Amino acid sequence: MNFAHDNHIYFYGGIHPDDSKALSASEAIKDAPLLDKYTVIVGQNIGAPPKLLVKKGDTVKKGQKIAEPAGFVSVPLHSPTSGTVSALTDIVGVFGTMASAVEITPDGKDEFCELQKLDWETATPEQVLAKIADAGLVGMGGAAFPTAVKLSPPKTKKIDVLIINGAECEPYLTADYRLMIETPERVLRGAAIFAKVLGVKTIMVGVEANKPDAVEKLRNAGADKFGIEVKSLRVRYPQGAEKQLIYALTGRKVPAGGLPMDVGCVVQNVGTCAAAADAVCEGKPLIERVTTVTGSKVARPGNWRLRLGTPISKALELCGGCKDGVAKIVSGGPMMGLAQISLDTTIMKSSSGILVLGRDEVAQYANQPCIRCGKCVDTCPMELMPGPLSLYVENERFDLAEKEHAMDCMECGSCAFVCPSRRPLVQHFKRAKAEIGAMRKARAAGAAAKGGKG
Amino acid sequence: METNSEVKGSMNLPKQEELLASVSPHIHSGASIRKIMLTVIVALLPACTAGVLFFGLAALKTILLCVAFCVAIEWIWGRLDGRPDDWKDMSAALTGILLALNLAANVPWWICPIGAFLAIGIGKQLYGGIGYNPFNPALVARVGLLIGFPKLMTTWMPSLNMSSASHPLNQYVLDATTCATPLGVAKTAMTRPDTVNDVFSALSAPETYMVYLKGDMPGCLGETSVIALLLGGILLLALRLIKWQVPVAFIGTVAVFTGIVHYFNPAATPGPIFHVLTGGLFLGAFFMATDMVTSPMTNRGALVFGAGCGLITTLIRVWGGYPEGVSFSILIMNALTPMIDRYTAHRPFGTRKKTEEK
Repeated sequence: MNFAHDNHIYFYGGIHPDDSKALSASEAIKDAPLLDKYTVIVGQNIGAPPKLLVKKGDTVKKGQKIAEPAGFVSVPLHSPTSGTVSALTDIVGVFGTMASAVEITPDGKDEFCELQKLDWETATPEQVLAKIADAGLVGMGGAAFPTAVKLSPPKTKKIDVLIINGAECEPYLTADYRLMIETPERVLRGAAIFAKVLGVKTIMVGVEANKPDAVEKLRNAGADKFGIEVKSLRVRYPQGAEKQLIYALTGRKVPAGGLPMDVGCVVQNVGTCAAAADAVCEGKPLIERVTTVTGSKVARPGNWRLRLGTPISKALELCGGCKDGVAKIVSGGPMMGLAQISLDTTIMKSSSGILVLGRDEVAQYANQPCIRCGKCVDTCPMELMPGPLSLYVENERFDLAEKEHAMDCMECGSCAFVCPSRRPLVQHFKRAKAEIGAMRKARAAGAAAKGGKG
Repeated sequence: METNSEVKGSMNLPKQEELLASVSPHIHSGASIRKIMLTVIVALLPACTAGVLFFGLAALKTILLCVAFCVAIEWIWGRLDGRPDDWKDMSAALTGILLALNLAANVPWWICPIGAFLAIGIGKQLYGGIGYNPFNPALVARVGLLIGFPKLMTTWMPSLNMSSASHPLNQYVLDATTCATPLGVAKTAMTRPDTVNDVFSALSAPETYMVYLKGDMPGCLGETSVIALLLGGILLLALRLIKWQVPVAFIGTVAVFTGIVHYFNPAATPGPIFHVLTGGLFLGAFFMATDMVTSPMTNRGALVFGAGCGLITTLIRVWGGYPEGVSFSILIMNALTPMIDRYTAHRPFGTRKKTEEK
């Protein structure tokens, strides 16, 4: 389907997979009933995992801080309900490795601790920023980068554009979409709060044009009043990738290896905006999020407001369980999400979706020889040469992979999606990035040692 | 019955030990090497049909033999080399068809196994199979056969309709199995200044152009019909299985270059329309030069590659020893492909051009 869109600048490449959003798009967000146990993973953010403040046997209120930031790039963590800390444990995390977690047994009262509201319009930007930091906000699009850090660019970087990411370009996911059409004013208020902290006048919301009602709802909810432009964007994956979104909306290209702030932009996801509105205006810390539970193998796909620490198994039960023939459960979307190996893994601040795929629809990789068809070159939105790059990785020539810009790969998966040889290209590039990272560290250490001697 | 579920309470949840845990993306477009090869084979069916129509069952026999021997050699070599499933991707079958289309319809049967061995064995499997061959396998075979059996490979049977006196090329028929191709006639004419202009104008008359378009003339069994090749070529372009840059640059360069030569010296070579419509240009430009493995990966590279093919083809046709240069031009550009790839590689998003860095 073709949708009219507002932008005239298109990023290079990209793909157009079947979006499969119809499975859950019409399902209103529902609140999950209180569970008998929440297992909150401690390290949910990029950067240092927070330091625990509770021990076994402690009683906690809903929204009470149970861990505090352990450094600048870190966030606090709060209890999803009132009850008792029944265990400090380790569970399988979303990355498939063991993660330490706090097990909270609810007392059933679901009682909030005392919440401090803030009138963001009269408060100083510093007060608002502190509030956001204290609420434990991270990027809820999937990256989980601490929001307050993103809102505190170094003084040398002049920020003049705030971009709100409502593209939701990942197939299947509809959490952001439901948020935009159900509570557009929360999204807009959150955006205005971010703009105030940054001291920015230009605010743009980018929404993929396949969600015309979201564009309309945001405009009708008073986007003008907040000075926010709502733009519908060409439907093409990965329209919601930070660099591609900035380019489509402003024509600015984030330099390779650089950050949005290098071109005067800050990007925040619509979910993060809504969470910021709740954090500032109502004093609520981030303890729940909207997650799309979907896929052809889910009995009743839907969008659920889930508390942190909700096991995947419970999320699936909310949807009536699974059908037969499940091959894969993914945390996130089908393009960039993480395959899960345990149903006991729990919902985190970055869990945008739980996707259940069947055997007949799941990608099967074979790593056949590259036939140099060039489809990956045509689709790579970072304008890399994925095919040749993957050959360097296969031959363990990480020096060449580094030279050919492997570190610029954002792992969007467009190349692997179109590859007729079914090469696991993202796997190759993840490996390359890890190896190059280690190489760089070793080089830096070597240079430091030399500097010490000289 | 699917049994990978267990019932927890009343809920049906998958057994977690049976979950796949591979890396993203978790969905795929469905593209495969086999699908690509089958589509190209379908795109070649019009040309195969034209070959059988114009040259009779001899053409069909040659096509079937080439395909059978190519697949057989791929199968045998693959088994010996530990890649027993290679033949299943249909690329050997496609090479077989391309090889046949590059042969005269009435070649002796034993040319087919020799050609198949040169194509699949020497041209492809020796390098490690699909994806690793630097040269187009079918063209390796064609040029190998041309060197090994020069007389056989340059003897062309007339098309079935050419015995009729009303056929514009009827005068070039020598006997039932021998006839000069238009390019051959032109090459010979260049050496005879007294008659060259008459021959060239006869070769460039509107009714002979129609013959070239239809393909009712001597030549390799699959190269003669421009219309049939164009049909398949358009299908491949529409499905984006080939880059338009290759055929457009290839054919365009031949047209422009021969046009310039013809404009300044009409006796040196016939005009550009003649050059575009005759010989193996359409087969080469749409189906051989576009071979994914042996041509550049970027669109810019494809333009350079196509233009290079056109340039070399024209040089050979006008000044070279052979009447036709499409095969040689593609093989030479195949050799240059790694270099073209290196110089036309993309610069990543957000990197400045070198000039800006200064």
